[in-house]
Amino acid sequence: MSIRISDVNKSFGDFAALSDIDLDLPSGQLTALLGPSGGGKSTLLRIIAGLEVGDTGTVEIEGVDATRLPARKRNVGFVFQHYAAFRHMSVADNVGFGLKIRKRPKAEIKARTAEMLELVHLSQFADRLPAQLSGGQRQRMALARALAIEPTVLLLDEPFGALDAKVRKELRDWLRRLHDEVHVTTVFVTHDQEEALEVADRIVVINHGRVEQEGTPDELYDAPASEFVMGFLGPVTTLQGHLVRPHDLELESHPFPETVEGRVARLTRVGFEVRVEVDVAGERAPVLVTLTRAESAHKGLTEGSAVWVRPVPGASRVAVTDPARTAAEPDLSTGSGEPLVAPLA
Amino acid sequence: MTTAVTPSASDALAGTAASEDTPTPGRSPRGRRRRTTLTRASAIGLGVAMLWFSLLVLIPLVAVVVQASSGGWAGYAEALTSPQTLAALELTVGHAVLVTLVDVVMGTAIAWVLVRDSFVGKRVLEVVIDVPFALPTIVAGLVLLSLYGAGSPLGLHWANTSHAVTLAFLFVTLPFVVRTVQPVLMEIEPEVEEAAASLGASRFTVFRLVILPSLAPAITSGAALAFARAISEYGSLVLLSGNLPYSTEVASVRILSFIEGDQLTAASAVASVLLLVALVVIVGLEVVSRRVARHG
Amino acid sequence: MADTTATTRGGRTRTVRQPSRLRWPLRIAVIVYLGLLVVWPVAIVAFKTFERGLGPVLEALGQPEVVFAFELTVANAFWAVVINTVFGVGISLLLVRYEFPGRRALSALVDLPLSVSPVVVGLALLLVYSGRTGWFGPTLERLGLQVIYAQPGMIMATAFVSLPLVIREVVPVLHEIGTDQEQAASSLGASAWQTFGRITLPAIRWALVYGVVLSLARSLGEYGAVKVVSGGVALRTQTATLLVEERYSQFGADATTAAYAAAFVLALLAVVALVVVSVLRPSDHDR
Repeated sequence: MSIRISDVNKSFGDFAALSDIDLDLPSGQLTALLGPSGGGKSTLLRIIAGLEVGDTGTVEIEGVDATRLPARKRNVGFVFQHYAAFRHMSVADNVGFGLKIRKRPKAEIKARTAEMLELVHLSQFADRLPAQLSGGQRQRMALARALAIEPTVLLLDEPFGALDAKVRKELRDWLRRLHDEVHVTTVFVTHDQEEALEVADRIVVINHGRVEQEGTPDELYDAPASEFVMGFLGPVTTLQGHLVRPHDLELESHPFPETVEGRVARLTRVGFEVRVEVDVAGERAPVLVTLTRAESAHKGLTEGSAVWVRPVPGASRVAVTDPARTAAEPDLSTGSGEPLVAPLA
Repeated sequence: MTTAVTPSASDALAGTAASEDTPTPGRSPRGRRRRTTLTRASAIGLGVAMLWFSLLVLIPLVAVVVQASSGGWAGYAEALTSPQTLAALELTVGHAVLVTLVDVVMGTAIAWVLVRDSFVGKRVLEVVIDVPFALPTIVAGLVLLSLYGAGSPLGLHWANTSHAVTLAFLFVTLPFVVRTVQPVLMEIEPEVEEAAASLGASRFTVFRLVILPSLAPAITSGAALAFARAISEYGSLVLLSGNLPYSTEVASVRILSFIEGDQLTAASAVASVLLLVALVVIVGLEVVSRRVARHG
Repeated sequence: MADTTATTRGGRTRTVRQPSRLRWPLRIAVIVYLGLLVVWPVAIVAFKTFERGLGPVLEALGQPEVVFAFELTVANAFWAVVINTVFGVGISLLLVRYEFPGRRALSALVDLPLSVSPVVVGLALLLVYSGRTGWFGPTLERLGLQVIYAQPGMIMATAFVSLPLVIREVVPVLHEIGTDQEQAASSLGASAWQTFGRITLPAIRWALVYGVVLSLARSLGEYGAVKVVSGGVALRTQTATLLVEERYSQFGADATTAAYAAAFVLALLAVVALVVVSVLRPSDHDR
């Protein structure tokens, strides 16, 4: 195990940022810490980096107890959301900073800097100042700077959060490919479930300072451990006291086994899919079903028509324990980068 | 932006960084364990800095208050209510109030011209505004004498009259309102005015209802600074006002003549009044700036 | 953030699309006001200084008392600025980067010297450090350190009045640059001193230069506080500003010329400082 976090607690005044965190983050993998803002994931990352110290607990990096080590002795690469570019240094000097501090020979610094700039495709910008780069280029520079010191682990705090959607997507794919090349143990913080599902080998969902669930993206998506995890990873709706994904619901315009009857309240077409809101007796909010356009047309749905709904066999479902949950509006954003926050009251 | 206090990177071991996950920014952590983020090195630094600050500023100012009270209430009251001292305080405060009012009007006008108008030589005006701040006060007195003293090209003979006090105060307080209002005025987007105008407001109404309220805190703090500077002014008056008791003698000059007469208690009594005003101004500014920060 | 374009003081002009009817009256009022209050009087002093030509001015500036006064002024200002720079950077870092009890109070108190009358500053120092009656003065004098009526007192008075200037420049910049760069440096292995020297100091360098120039201008021109603590003895404790006062009060063209010459040099230093600062300001963007 590369990073072992045991019994870490952290509070700011009366606010408990992290409670009883125990985690093993495997070597060589790309792990996402996923959760809503203010949930404690950045604090956890900063504790791993040594930029913050837990009130209790220990942090082990590659078998070495790092709990009492200051950041500068942990040999971690840290990438900040807002790049933290050294504004008065050229791109090359930024990248070479860590090696200069380590008093490596000039020739070695030069060679390593060139190699890193090559890796992040910034070779032609070596002599520019960070202010002359775009946001995406600056973040690549920051990544090169963090990698130049050959860190034991690479930590990224919302690395793409400040970039626009298109650049974010490019950098995300690029980070995945980079990781496949470099294989350094990497932990990144994000509030974007799509980013986590797409890039990470493992995901740790953190909310209210606690680990909600950890596992591979498939495990989390298919077998969410809680309402929160299920709601955070994608759109959900409530049917018969269970959370279920709208695309995991079957809908017919005639009765069939184990279904509930309802009435179409609203039909909305969004691109290739059709969202059907169904009023069902006993549900506090309309049940949401997503169909393809063809399915919808085939069933001849119109607003007001009677329909019968049931979850498909094998659909992932989570029992609703919080009554307020049933009133929650289903969130339908389709991973445009906005978090699908479904807070437990 | 977070305004919570963050430690330097070098002190990661004791740091409370205001990361995105900390509670409400601006409300710094107040837990008992989090009262301080000082490391040993920074605590020593703070100790040295406080020692110097105390030796240079705090202890001497306390000494003024202690000395002022050494004669008891009666002595204090007596020193302050002697006719000559009273006249000096009256003259100082009266003129300071007057000059502050002029500064509010002219300072705002100058700031307006500097921000919204554009003409050749405006950059020179920028430098001219700061001249009174940079010019030694004794030289400022000399400078004003040249135009308003004996041999004035304007035929004015204001030296040794109370006009001289007004002039000196106006000169040394010139930059304050301008420099506090100017940046705020720059921040006001013309769109705001255009929006108000598009809603049918006249130019004057826009100024009164839109611009002035946004400038008010800056004007207030600039005026407070100008007032504090005026009541404590000394150097520019030495050559200019003649320091005539009951007519052109200001508080600072009164203090100096007490010092020269070795009446340190009386000097301290008058000084304590000036200190009190300075403190009130500083506290007032703090309150204003906090209120502005709160209302954004 | 990094890509915000820095706006310089007065560097950005906004012209309201339809010129107001008040535009010309305002412009003229402002120019006349500044002309009468600042420009014209300063010009007259410059003119009067050289009324009798350059010779008498140079002669006046060459007098031993004048040379001594300027040397003393520069020495006082130098030490006061050195002290205020070290103290100012230290206090700024403490105020911005750390949390400790009394931080807010300290932050307000460091501004106090700007609002205290120079005469009160002198009096306050006198009460504590006077060799005759001061709180600490007699003890210090027994240890061989004379403060009042000697250079240490003058340096203290000068340092007192210019104390907040560096802090006021550096604190906002420290706030603005935030801690990201410093944290990045320490995650890359830099020690506290390396971080300060390689990251923090370069980031605040222009603010620091600005603060130092302002302090220097203020220190060279200090008059009231120095007058109280120095005694103003020619060739011993008379600074340039004290010399201007003394010479101006004397009769005779030579004394007047000396007063004007010294005043002119002081004013020139002040204006040079201002110009340096206004040239430096636009460099803000590359800090």
